[in-house]
Amino acid sequence: MEEKLDTFPRRLLNHARVRPDHPATREKDLGIWQTWSWREVADEVRALACGLAAQGFRRGMHLAIIGDNRPRLYWSMVAAQCVGGVPVPMYQDAPAAEFVFVLQNAEIAYAIVEDQEQVDKMLEARPQVPSLAHIYYDDPRGMRDYEGVLSYDELVKIGREYDRAHPGFFDDEVAKGAADDVSVMLYTSGTTGKPKGVCQTHAAFIAAAEGGCEFDRLTADDSILSYLPMAWVGDHLFSFAQWLVAGFTINCPESSDTVMTDLREIGPTYYFAPPRIFENLLTQVMIRMEDAAAPKRWLFRQFTAVARRCGAEILDGKPVSLGDRVQYALGNVLVYGPLRNVLGMSRIRIAYTAGAAIGPDLFRFYRSIGVNLKQLYGSTETCAYVCLQPDGAVRFDTVGMPAPKVDVKIAANGEVMARGPMLLKEYYKRPDATAESIDAEGWFHTGDAGYFDDAGQLKIIDRAKDVGKMTTGAMFAPNYIENKLRFFPHIKEAVAFGHDRGTVCTFINIDVGSVGNWAERRGLAYSGYTDLAAKPEVYQLVKECVEQVNAELARDPALAGSQISRFLVLHKELDPDDDELTRTRKVRRGFVAEKYRVLIDALYGGKTVEHIETLVRFEDGRTGMVAADLRIDDAKTFSPEAATKAA
Amino acid sequence: MTSARRIGDVVLKVEHISLRFGGVKALTDISFDVNEHEVRAIIGPNGAGKSSMLNVINGVYHPQEGTITFHGRQRRDMDTHQAAAQGIARTFQNIALFKGMSVLDNIMTGRNLRMRASFLEQALWFGRARREELENRRKVEEVIDFLEIQSIRRTPVGRLPYGLQKRVELARALAAEPTMLLLDEPMAGMNVEEKQDMCRFILDVNEQYGTTIVLIEHDMGVVMDISDRVVVLDYGKKIGDGRPEEIRANQAVIDAYLGVAH
Repeated sequence: MEEKLDTFPRRLLNHARVRPDHPATREKDLGIWQTWSWREVADEVRALACGLAAQGFRRGMHLAIIGDNRPRLYWSMVAAQCVGGVPVPMYQDAPAAEFVFVLQNAEIAYAIVEDQEQVDKMLEARPQVPSLAHIYYDDPRGMRDYEGVLSYDELVKIGREYDRAHPGFFDDEVAKGAADDVSVMLYTSGTTGKPKGVCQTHAAFIAAAEGGCEFDRLTADDSILSYLPMAWVGDHLFSFAQWLVAGFTINCPESSDTVMTDLREIGPTYYFAPPRIFENLLTQVMIRMEDAAAPKRWLFRQFTAVARRCGAEILDGKPVSLGDRVQYALGNVLVYGPLRNVLGMSRIRIAYTAGAAIGPDLFRFYRSIGVNLKQLYGSTETCAYVCLQPDGAVRFDTVGMPAPKVDVKIAANGEVMARGPMLLKEYYKRPDATAESIDAEGWFHTGDAGYFDDAGQLKIIDRAKDVGKMTTGAMFAPNYIENKLRFFPHIKEAVAFGHDRGTVCTFINIDVGSVGNWAERRGLAYSGYTDLAAKPEVYQLVKECVEQVNAELARDPALAGSQISRFLVLHKELDPDDDELTRTRKVRRGFVAEKYRVLIDALYGGKTVEHIETLVRFEDGRTGMVAADLRIDDAKTFSPEAATKAA
Repeated sequence: MTSARRIGDVVLKVEHISLRFGGVKALTDISFDVNEHEVRAIIGPNGAGKSSMLNVINGVYHPQEGTITFHGRQRRDMDTHQAAAQGIARTFQNIALFKGMSVLDNIMTGRNLRMRASFLEQALWFGRARREELENRRKVEEVIDFLEIQSIRRTPVGRLPYGLQKRVELARALAAEPTMLLLDEPMAGMNVEEKQDMCRFILDVNEQYGTTIVLIEHDMGVVMDISDRVVVLDYGKKIGDGRPEEIRANQAVIDAYLGVAH
């Protein structure tokens, strides 16, 4: 009988039939990698689904899933789908108060969570979410004295008994599933306003996953490390949808602190990380190289220069002279190979980055040492699947071509529009928002401003609503400027202001790891972030970065008018716990502007020093005050003509 | 923090202990007891004899007078090896780890008493030695998981910050699967966050494994929060003994800590 593989549960059962002994999931536990085959996963999911059903979980209900990337949490998502339920993964590092809205909005009655920490948050939220009656936990540690919650193991046991008593139940439930059922609900990060639940169907995610697998020729023999938040659309696409479509192996790290070691041990063939992680990896390598012995440093410098010259071209299959090829081959043996090994990237066939702009130097560095790093473009509403960069046509400043089965066009106002099978079904209980973002012809408004370059690749400039105008008439693209600043290893975060103003001013967060190392090297003593950020030497360092950005902006006729004239280094790091960043670490511009209004006034008021006191929230929920006198510096700007001459 | 953990009978009883180094009286006529599964704190100003008391319990010092009753057996003094074999493990005020060895290897040394294989078998990695190592490694991995130090498993101890070294020392003591744990200032020199972590681990050990804990600590907040009963020493004499709230109200203790107007 030919069965249609149009839902994720059917995909799972198919893998258990076709490749029963192929590894489906691995996790490092007690220092050893444990493996579960597709047959074992299917068996466990069956028991779990029956357990949920025995506990009263019914078709159409929502199952909250909260925790780090644990195999059992991934399995819980399919188990919920098997009985017609909808998994709702949530960001595991959010405090209880932030869960309340989503738990209420999604009318959550059932939750499977990782450990005591998450159970405590659920119990804390429960008074405001009376529907939340069933809480299950994976890790029994510290859970001995809890009442009214069940362990995952008990749930599975209940499920096995239920399955024996109702033999046909599971298969009937899977058979009832339809492709256009909602398969998952992912909440948007809520950069603006309350989070919205994005309802995606089996059909949408399967289309996105199939398209991606076909585009990059992913097979069951590939292997990935699942370490990004499960609530994020990227992880759902790579570690869940593509996992069940291609049948490859997902590997769960031992803990969030061991990801680097685990990456090296697993050596995935397929890898995904936001630019921030690639940047951290590179910073670590650079810091360690600076501490290395002189001959090693020399070798590293020599061969990274060779790689910079021709590495990316060799990877793209472009013509390169024989001499360069020989040198590159030598470098591959001496430097690039060992370096890839240290980074855990020896076996990588395809690596993607998305979620934010990536620095050209950073991007080129990875490609030049032979890591096939590419970019893609998408959002929660599009299953993270709109544009992909094909092998051999990779550029740092674009996000690639429209993916298979996806149409992309640019609206008259410059906004990027997308249409295809991967679009959301709706925003949960928000018909107004759904109607606003999908027009009558089925085009989804991405909210990003961009254009197609001459090679037909999409280039994203900024969020459409963020692009502003200065009183001088010049265009002001804040993200564009901030990203240029963030590309410097010493700068972690930047916030630019300039809309409806005559000049551009910025707040800057230094990268305490990188600048701290720089300071140590110079024998500069400091006690913490606030102290380090206020050092005159650090201001000079930041000033050089700002002026370099100004020089680059001056070269672009459209943006030359938005050079940075004044800046200050903030006395504390912007933090999601203080609501300054979203959980995906994007700046909440409006909130920051409001919170630090006094600093903005000082920047534009010509002051050179301003006192500020800020409330900070610690991880355990307590609060404290940070106070500082912040220095404000001017930066040199360049006239467009001088810049062109200099270039 | 009262939970399902049931405090049992007296497991350790020290009676009329006096310890002298030449003319210096370190301890004078100290008596107290420790119940099974409880967290018992020993506090006191500097030089009160707290560490000496721990050293008497696990046999580093031999008191001139008094008796120690452990698990119903009364004796004049303990012997370090004997103490360890009977399930007493400890950590030190000044970290005593092998700085050049990895975290994993340091913790493995805590399993020393559980190894039976001969020197030759160990040297040749043969027979019993191999089986034992696997078994012991498993136990060590459980401790690593328990104390959440997976990410530093392979790091040489000397490269770790102080707070983590303290945690590794606790891990080594736990690897011996003790029934009684002696902690000598487990939180000295730590910042607030490290202290909180350490408190949680100590309570977790106590709850999960039922390990009896005797600890010396200076941080009063910590002592009052996590102990079931507290002994107070001053100049080698016991000046208080009781539940935290009793100690807090004890005038002799307040005087010892704050000084008395003469």
